[in-house]
Amino acid sequence: MFSRDNWKEIFETIHKNKLRTFLSGFTVALGILIFVVLFGMGNGLVNTFNEFFGDDATNVLYVFPGRTTIPYKGYKSNRRIEFDNSDLVDINKNFSMFVEYTTPRISRGGLVKYKNESNNYTTRAVGPAHQYAEKTIMMKGRFINEEDIKNKTKYVVIGRLVENDLFGNKNSLGEYIDVAGSAFMVIGVFQDDGGDNEERLIYMPYTTRQLIEKNNDKVDQIIVAFKPEIGYAGAMALDLSLNRFFKEKKYISPDDQNGIFIRNIADQLKQNQQFARVLQIIVAFVAFGTIIAGIIGISNIMVFVVKERTKELGIRKALGATPKSVIGSILLESVFITTISGFFGMLLGVFILNSMGEKLKDYFITNPYIDITMAISATLVLILFGAIAGYIPAKRAAEIKPIEALRDE
Amino acid sequence: MIEIKDLHKSYKMGSNSLHVLKGINFSVEDGELVAIMGSSGSGKSTLLNILGMLDVLDEGSYTLDGVPIKDLNETKAAQYRNKFLGFVFQSFNLINYKSAMENVALPLYYQKVGRKERQEKALKYLEQVGLREWADHLPSELSGGQKQRVAIARAMAAEPKVLLADEPTGALDSTTSYEVMDLIQKINDAGNTILIVTHEPDIADMCKRIVHLKDGVIVEDKKITQVRASQYV
Repeated sequence: MFSRDNWKEIFETIHKNKLRTFLSGFTVALGILIFVVLFGMGNGLVNTFNEFFGDDATNVLYVFPGRTTIPYKGYKSNRRIEFDNSDLVDINKNFSMFVEYTTPRISRGGLVKYKNESNNYTTRAVGPAHQYAEKTIMMKGRFINEEDIKNKTKYVVIGRLVENDLFGNKNSLGEYIDVAGSAFMVIGVFQDDGGDNEERLIYMPYTTRQLIEKNNDKVDQIIVAFKPEIGYAGAMALDLSLNRFFKEKKYISPDDQNGIFIRNIADQLKQNQQFARVLQIIVAFVAFGTIIAGIIGISNIMVFVVKERTKELGIRKALGATPKSVIGSILLESVFITTISGFFGMLLGVFILNSMGEKLKDYFITNPYIDITMAISATLVLILFGAIAGYIPAKRAAEIKPIEALRDE
Repeated sequence: MIEIKDLHKSYKMGSNSLHVLKGINFSVEDGELVAIMGSSGSGKSTLLNILGMLDVLDEGSYTLDGVPIKDLNETKAAQYRNKFLGFVFQSFNLINYKSAMENVALPLYYQKVGRKERQEKALKYLEQVGLREWADHLPSELSGGQKQRVAIARAMAAEPKVLLADEPTGALDSTTSYEVMDLIQKINDAGNTILIVTHEPDIADMCKRIVHLKDGVIVEDKKITQVRASQYV
């Protein structure tokens, strides 16, 4: 079946029936191309979702104080809840089993000046662990450390774009900047994958901020990172116990939904990943639909091809072609065309996906890609079904009596 | 060469069947040139199709070159056709995307003859029918007579025991018809057995024997003096 002579005969047939070759090749190539591109975009969608959360640690809970809405234990409703340093200590003490680190965060806006340059930036007063919670990457210098907290040093760590804005190309390390009227020394410059806004932040020790603000011990919000090994269930449990702990400590009614808020990144991440996965399944479904459409397309063409060749096959049979050689030549021809065009479509699809890269980021598609084994299997499936689709009409054609085939005008 | 005994063939036409051949007894010797004549519906094409193993018989026996042709599956029939028979059709039945030479070489391909030898043989037979220069032309570039001559070359290429021609001149004008008959006579002169189905008396007169079919039976079977086609060419 695979002698050089057979191939030569098949190549000649392919070469001399260009429209037929083009039609079947085009169907297969298009089917695979659409499949690869759609499937890749589905992956791109998932990439985008992962990236949204990739710039922050995913094992953190953000605890915010709110206002009560229910009177409780002699306190009126609409009372503002505030956190202070003792809450940090309590969390570390009571939840040490689960908690990896904690850091407070006090956010203030304000004018920041360096020589003639000035701009408004958000300043976050934080603890050293904040670096891990936000996945802040140090470009030069260092982040705030425990010594800074203890000594309430007037140091700041500035974002890459802050340095750009205020210092231009000059080195900012060791320079003093004016933050809301006080001079701070720049000890580090950072970058962050979270985007431009994240790189226009200024970090300072939270104790320094408290000192400036009349030496109080208030904290805006607390970031609690749990140990990754406690898993998703552990995170949910910690979420609940933190809620209960603070409601008790701050005299908030257990039924009050607004006294305290906890944003659980792990939970959000999981929900979003599920959403992305559902989207991917839908896209994959559409993609498989394309493959099936491709299979139907190639089947139709094979039926048409065999019908068109009925007379020729009759002639060949009258000249001594056996049913086996008739089926063999039709099948080899179709498999050959589907293989070549299938892999062409696949490569083109992969190429399109690769060239897309970040271009569709605005449409929530980042770095679309397809697993090469996936692409090849889809191509093989199409080739296989193309062969099966070709076999049925080929077998029927081979069984037609030559006399009937010859009568077919 | 051909031995047919008590051959019956009928076709199912819906509920009733059409009895086409009603007991044919017929034999052909080596080197004969036989015309099978009859009006349409007389069963002459059916007889030729059965002889050519393109159709199967219902009753009776058929022996070709000492081989009983019976209960053949498609594969066996294809092999026998390839080995024993050459076909010439009224509508030429050349493969339209293959050149004259490739058409002639096709039966040899199914005989698994090597490519070089196939081409040599194809050219040799094209030479015999006088179309050596047209070897690379497609059927669409040939005239009717040329197409039929290519078809005859193709039928001869496999070196068959018997050449079967179904109305070989049916689609040709008389001059071209005589040219084709001249070729057929020359092939016969070389010792080949040929059967021709025709309804044209002048074509039948160019054979050596005429078999008349009417309503599925042989009504006349006579040897005649051959009229040479060369005198008209």
